[in-house]
Amino acid sequence: MPEPYENPNEAVAPTGAGGAMDLAAGEARSLTAPERPASPVPGEPGITAPEGTGAPAGPAPGEPGGRPRSLRTDAWHQLRRNPVFLLSALLILFLVLISLWPQLIAGGDPLRCDLERSQEGSAPGHPFGYDTQGCDVYTRTVYGARASLTVGICATVGAALLGGLLGGAAGFFGGWWDALLSRIADVFFGIPVVLGGLVFLSVVTSDTVWPVVGFIVLLGWPQVARIARGSVLTAKEHDYVQAARALGAGPGRTLLRHVAPNAVAPVIVVATIALGTYIALEATLSFLGVGLRPPTVSWGIDISNAAPQIRNAPHMLLWPAGALSVTVLAFIMLGDAVRDALDPKLA
Amino acid sequence: MLLDVQDLRVEFRTRDGIARAVNGVSYGVDAGETLAVLGESGSGKSVTAQAVMGILDTPPGRITGGRILFRGRDLLTLPEDARRAVRGAEMAMVFQDALSALNPVLTVGDQLAEMFTVHRGMSRRDARARAVELMDRVRIPAARQRAGQYPHQFSGGMRQRIMIAMAIALEPALIIADEPTTALDVTVQAQVMDLLAELRRETGTALVLITHDLGVVADVADRIAVMYAGRIVETAPVHDLYRAPAHPYTRGLLDSIPRLDRKGRELYAIKGLPPGLTALPAGCAFHPRCPRARDLCRTDEPPLFPVAGEGQVAGAGGDGRGAGDGGEARRAWDAGGAGGRRSACHFWRETLDDADISAAV
Amino acid sequence: MGRHVIRRLLQMIPVFIGSTFLIFLLVYALGDPVAALFGDKAPDPATAARIRQDLHLDQPLWRQYLHYMAQIFRGDFGTAFNGRPVLELMADAFPVTLRLTLVAVAVEVVAGIAFGVISGLRRGRPLDTGLLVLTLVVVSVPTFVSGYLLQFLLGVKWGWVRPSVSFDATFAELLLPGVVLALVSLAYVTRLTRTAVAENARADYVRTAVAKGLPRRRVVTHHILRNSLIPVVTFIGADVGALMGGAIVTERIFNIHGVGYQLYQGILRNNAPTVVGFVTVLVIVFLLANLLVDLGYAVLDPRIRHA
Repeated sequence: MPEPYENPNEAVAPTGAGGAMDLAAGEARSLTAPERPASPVPGEPGITAPEGTGAPAGPAPGEPGGRPRSLRTDAWHQLRRNPVFLLSALLILFLVLISLWPQLIAGGDPLRCDLERSQEGSAPGHPFGYDTQGCDVYTRTVYGARASLTVGICATVGAALLGGLLGGAAGFFGGWWDALLSRIADVFFGIPVVLGGLVFLSVVTSDTVWPVVGFIVLLGWPQVARIARGSVLTAKEHDYVQAARALGAGPGRTLLRHVAPNAVAPVIVVATIALGTYIALEATLSFLGVGLRPPTVSWGIDISNAAPQIRNAPHMLLWPAGALSVTVLAFIMLGDAVRDALDPKLA
Repeated sequence: MLLDVQDLRVEFRTRDGIARAVNGVSYGVDAGETLAVLGESGSGKSVTAQAVMGILDTPPGRITGGRILFRGRDLLTLPEDARRAVRGAEMAMVFQDALSALNPVLTVGDQLAEMFTVHRGMSRRDARARAVELMDRVRIPAARQRAGQYPHQFSGGMRQRIMIAMAIALEPALIIADEPTTALDVTVQAQVMDLLAELRRETGTALVLITHDLGVVADVADRIAVMYAGRIVETAPVHDLYRAPAHPYTRGLLDSIPRLDRKGRELYAIKGLPPGLTALPAGCAFHPRCPRARDLCRTDEPPLFPVAGEGQVAGAGGDGRGAGDGGEARRAWDAGGAGGRRSACHFWRETLDDADISAAV
Repeated sequence: MGRHVIRRLLQMIPVFIGSTFLIFLLVYALGDPVAALFGDKAPDPATAARIRQDLHLDQPLWRQYLHYMAQIFRGDFGTAFNGRPVLELMADAFPVTLRLTLVAVAVEVVAGIAFGVISGLRRGRPLDTGLLVLTLVVVSVPTFVSGYLLQFLLGVKWGWVRPSVSFDATFAELLLPGVVLALVSLAYVTRLTRTAVAENARADYVRTAVAKGLPRRRVVTHHILRNSLIPVVTFIGADVGALMGGAIVTERIFNIHGVGYQLYQGILRNNAPTVVGFVTVLVIVFLLANLLVDLGYAVLDPRIRHA
């Protein structure tokens, strides 16, 4: 039986950001869906109850080798063997390194340009060639990682904290707070993201990354909040949470000890995938001329500048575009792998 | 013989290794006969049934050996088209949880009519009329109106009646009922079971009743096959088995039924847990839990011994149902045991003798 | 059912007010529409004050908003930067973007569902894994990259299609832009369909359908697909709004004079009536699409209909 796609409390579907953000939410949502009753096929001992406390079909507890595994260690074991996870994790590590110390692999100065070399192709020491301004495309591509990652990580942390806390509180306490929050989230979903960005950022004149980060957090938190709210609601309904409450555990203890640990997984997944889409969003806004501004080195700006010359010098567009796509892909794959590992249904 | 399962083996590939869910199961069902397959969850009884129906999830499941003869044809070697024509028309299945076994977005009338349009090529109108007839037959009130409703609008008992109607729609020679009453309230259980038994009598259909409920079995079944860890450990005419089980596992099961005449005494429980299917114990799979286990049981896997003696007495003795009309050496494989009794226990004889002691205690 | 619709409509009112007010706030509070009217010239203070009064810009923001909304509901969207009424711009722009969106949705539906079903029925096989990786790659490539890339390859290098779209923007011309616009959503529809199909293929009622002896084809179309389409239809319906709003990037790449183009011009020239007017209409479209999806959902899923 398919789980209802959207919560009946939501007046609008969270699609202001289009498919990419829905990917994040959709992947995470499948984690918040209530667990289905155990498979009727008795021959699937691998699919044990999520807490691994020795479901009858699994290896009997006490039997040698039948050590019960917790979901978390189980997920970690699975992740370590997953090539997709390893690949994306390595890639992200590399990206973080070069955004901290770009000079490690690029000796030049991304802002030192030589107009005489405008649009020239690859040359020794300059493998990616030159752009219209005669700047070294390789150096600029390497330095572009910093802006993208800064925006992506800061915006994700902001959106995850804000959305997680507000959504979690809404799910846990319910009542008017929940109703208010759901309506506010609806309002933000009603605004198409790119349009909102154009309107909001076109009036800002700062050339730091912070307006872009702020805008992404502003439009990104409702997505996380909705997931967090849903997963808290699901976690709250678990029998052991009900039992803890029946035994007299106060709301604070219930939230911290029982609900939060179980509700946090979907938020992590949505945040990881969202990180990739935020990077893409930053590039899109920069491309439209309202995101980051020069002299900040950004893939979006470089692609925008290179676009009119695509017939003459496609290399100017392809390298930053490739870097951008690979970066986004790395984060989305990471989120996808984490989701797979945390989802006992599809194990 | 209508259905003859021979040495069936099914494996599941899992993260923890190969799970051997069915390890050489053999049973037979005659036309018009009711066979109860008894066992805990995980004993392989449902998997066997799914293999017979051809609805095993493959992968992860895989049939690794054996034959399934239905009306003399081996279903496992039949081409998919021929196999499909058998399903639903010649053998049908009643599932445990009717709510999830019925399609939530189609009306029950459509789901019943589908049988006739697909297998019989009927027009939609005729098929619809037959669907309503069927619903009448399983005593669903206001069948004509209710045919246009969706599964979630029916009560649990009514839904199971629809499942039964679907099973009898094309008057198959064999119905496999996989725990048909487990998901129902006790009062409704009896009604559904009675309906199933009644329809079976009317149509002369053979029935394989899969259950873990010993109480259900006694009333309707002719014969019982008890399964444990993917094997049949004992098979016998129903009354013989109840009177004197020839396998310690069956003994344990019978002793763990609460009984009014033993009120106040501690209830018997089989110690331990069923074995994991990825790592079955050597020898007799039941030995770690068996009160009777000796060294032999830990090393040698017991074959299905024919059970003589007590069973013979019971068969000849006057209750007239059990072995008397059901078991007379009909099967090649069970010809050895009186009344078709067999037990996969090295010490079946001792177990059998214990029966009297147990009754006396 | 009737009550359900009414409740949904009522729920949408605060969302509509909130969204439009937010946009209104951003445009009017953060920018200075009067200064923008004069471009680079310094406005004459007296003229500026008069214009402010004409446009009710001297009143509190919420009064301005009410005034503006009242105008909109009378069909008066104000005047664009080039002196034409915004309504006229809309009449030109919306049909173009609507056509583009229709092409995109068609691509999404046909290709997305087809890929998703193929993938979902072969869960875990190489084809499925390949398609899954492909969808992630497609989602990762931002629209403006895939747009330029496809335009360059198909339009310039191989010459299969015209790289830019004429003023008429016929369906044939919009095919490539439509694909570009649809790509990310297409990948998502594929994944969504695949998940739903894979999950439903293991559902008990599919087992029943097989046990009934139905041909494989019928099991897929009547039982698996019917159930799997519920979330997909929901997504696609709601995505219409997002596609129209997101068309701005695609329209810029292919030089299509649709909603995105006009909005972009409006933002560049800081013309508040254009921006707020277009965004308001987009919000309405988005909310209506959501409402339709909601109704469609109830039609597809009887469990909701009779709840």
